[in-house]
Amino acid sequence: MTVPGAAPGAQPMRVIVCIKQVPKAQELQVDPVTQTLKRVGVPSEINPPDANALEMALLLKDRHEAEVIVLSMGPTSFDESLERAVAMGADRAVLLTDRILGGSDTVPTAYALSETIAKIGGYDLILCGEETTDASTGHVGPGIAGHLDAPQITYISELQIVDGKVRARRTAEDGTEWWETTLPCLVTVNFGCNTPREPTLTGKIRVKRGGVITHWSCAEVGIDPKKVGLINSPTIVAKVDTVKLPPRSPKVFSGDPKDTVRQLIDALRVDGGILL
Amino acid sequence: MTEGHVPEDKSHFRGVWVFLEHRKYGLRDVSIQLIGEGRRLADLRGTTLTGILPGHAVEAHARHVIGYGLDRVIIVDDPILGLYQSRPFTKVMAELIRRHKPEIVLFGASKNGRDLGGRLHAVLETGLAADCVKFDIDPDGNLDMIRPSFGGKSLAHILCKKHRPQMASVRRNVFVAPPHDSSRTGEIVRESVELSERDVDVRLLEFKEFTKEGGLRPEEADIVVAGGYGLGGAEPFTMLQELADLAGGAVAASRKAVDSGWVPKMLQVGQTGMTVRPKIYLAVGISGAVQHLAGMQESDKIVVINSDPKAPLFEIADYGIVGDLFEIVPEMIRQLRTLKGMAAVPTTAPAEAPRRSPVAR
Repeated sequence: MTVPGAAPGAQPMRVIVCIKQVPKAQELQVDPVTQTLKRVGVPSEINPPDANALEMALLLKDRHEAEVIVLSMGPTSFDESLERAVAMGADRAVLLTDRILGGSDTVPTAYALSETIAKIGGYDLILCGEETTDASTGHVGPGIAGHLDAPQITYISELQIVDGKVRARRTAEDGTEWWETTLPCLVTVNFGCNTPREPTLTGKIRVKRGGVITHWSCAEVGIDPKKVGLINSPTIVAKVDTVKLPPRSPKVFSGDPKDTVRQLIDALRVDGGILL
Repeated sequence: MTEGHVPEDKSHFRGVWVFLEHRKYGLRDVSIQLIGEGRRLADLRGTTLTGILPGHAVEAHARHVIGYGLDRVIIVDDPILGLYQSRPFTKVMAELIRRHKPEIVLFGASKNGRDLGGRLHAVLETGLAADCVKFDIDPDGNLDMIRPSFGGKSLAHILCKKHRPQMASVRRNVFVAPPHDSSRTGEIVRESVELSERDVDVRLLEFKEFTKEGGLRPEEADIVVAGGYGLGGAEPFTMLQELADLAGGAVAASRKAVDSGWVPKMLQVGQTGMTVRPKIYLAVGISGAVQHLAGMQESDKIVVINSDPKAPLFEIADYGIVGDLFEIVPEMIRQLRTLKGMAAVPTTAPAEAPRRSPVAR
């Protein structure tokens, strides 16, 4: 699918930020019956890397004329995060919400979000967080780029628009890369590369006035029901085991540091093969 | 527009593939590590193991890598493939997969491996499981892809029953590299996939390699000295660096220490950082969130220094010291210096050489 850019030049650049609402990392609980993530009653937040992507979009908006649209897919409880995003400075939000999407893995998710981006009517730049804290795959961003046939630059910490082109600083394992590409394109943003701003009073008032979030169903977007949901996802979670850490019988020393350190070093030397 | 998924008879899909990723210095070690596991899976399935090497002038890599246990290497040679880029690599992999129909494709979960896998699985509309730590074959012959889930609190068994190929990524150091057998023979096949300049949609302007001045990388070190929130700031990491230098190891950090801005992200061990499996993992001032365990629990010996005897990390430790790290670490440095025959240096004396700080890396 090729979705055109949003009328380059004539209008402000359109930036779409894909976000997911996730349970706060320290609150993660598995439902022993359904073996899925317990979401009810667990405090939620914008997936932290997505908050960095949103901040990057808002920084662009501070410097250039840009319209920032936040996009998510999930239950209507995600409105909480979308409202926060608007209160932080996004122009508006779109939530793709439909029961038939439940249980979608990364393939239908990337497909459904691509279709929704087309329905929004094009884009110049899409930003996604590098991965989510609840599923940790990092597959949806590149998946959207694949569906949209758009250039992609992943794992970036900095983005500039220079002469209508995108320049992005990417972190690889062995160094830093600066890449250049054309608009429209998709980037994924490194966790922790900036400090997401707090919601502003003006932003909160905009949210309170209402009308900042659009809800769409699959039918409204034109999503093929045979391509989404649990049964149309290539992967399934067959079962979940509790992690059994390798049995270790710790020897814990306490007391005077001189003694405890000597005991530790002796123990490590006795184990052999140790370089100390 | 992506094509809709056409269900095919999955018995047509045979063979195990490993994507061989190269950087300028050669093949990534995660690719080599995957050959060992790929060999095991191919033998279990009674099929062949193929390495896929898109690149430019990579024949020497191909000849060498067979010795790790491959039956064959498919090379796609094109100047466009000299440097990893999402679109041309996705095009090559998608085309080869459609042509040969492998049943399993394994990728290293490096930045480029994830970049490629994520785009490719959407284009092929097939399953991809990220960061697997173990594989099995289920009774129906499916690949059981086992990965940490929910922040490492549990292990999820992912199956891709109807779609082929079954794809998975694995982080560096999850599997051990197989021994190299230079007498092993295998086939080298050259295939072509049509690429043009139109497939080049990104351009590398600059590459700045991380300097080696900071010493060993934690992923390569036999001893890792990791600091956490208990250090309270950037400065105490200098002390950890000194200890690591004495022990011939490398410094790493927990996410809390990284998030606090004390050390760079590249030193982070854990779910959103790197995975290490050194001979000794010395955790200093790290309480041990499950996300941290995901990155270090395979270490041979885990040593924990923490003032809180209830710190969760003690539960998986081999040795521990309960106490003040600001007393224990300097004492360790003193005793190690003595053991190594160095003159004990009073802590008040200036260091004889400027100490490297991990912060400067």
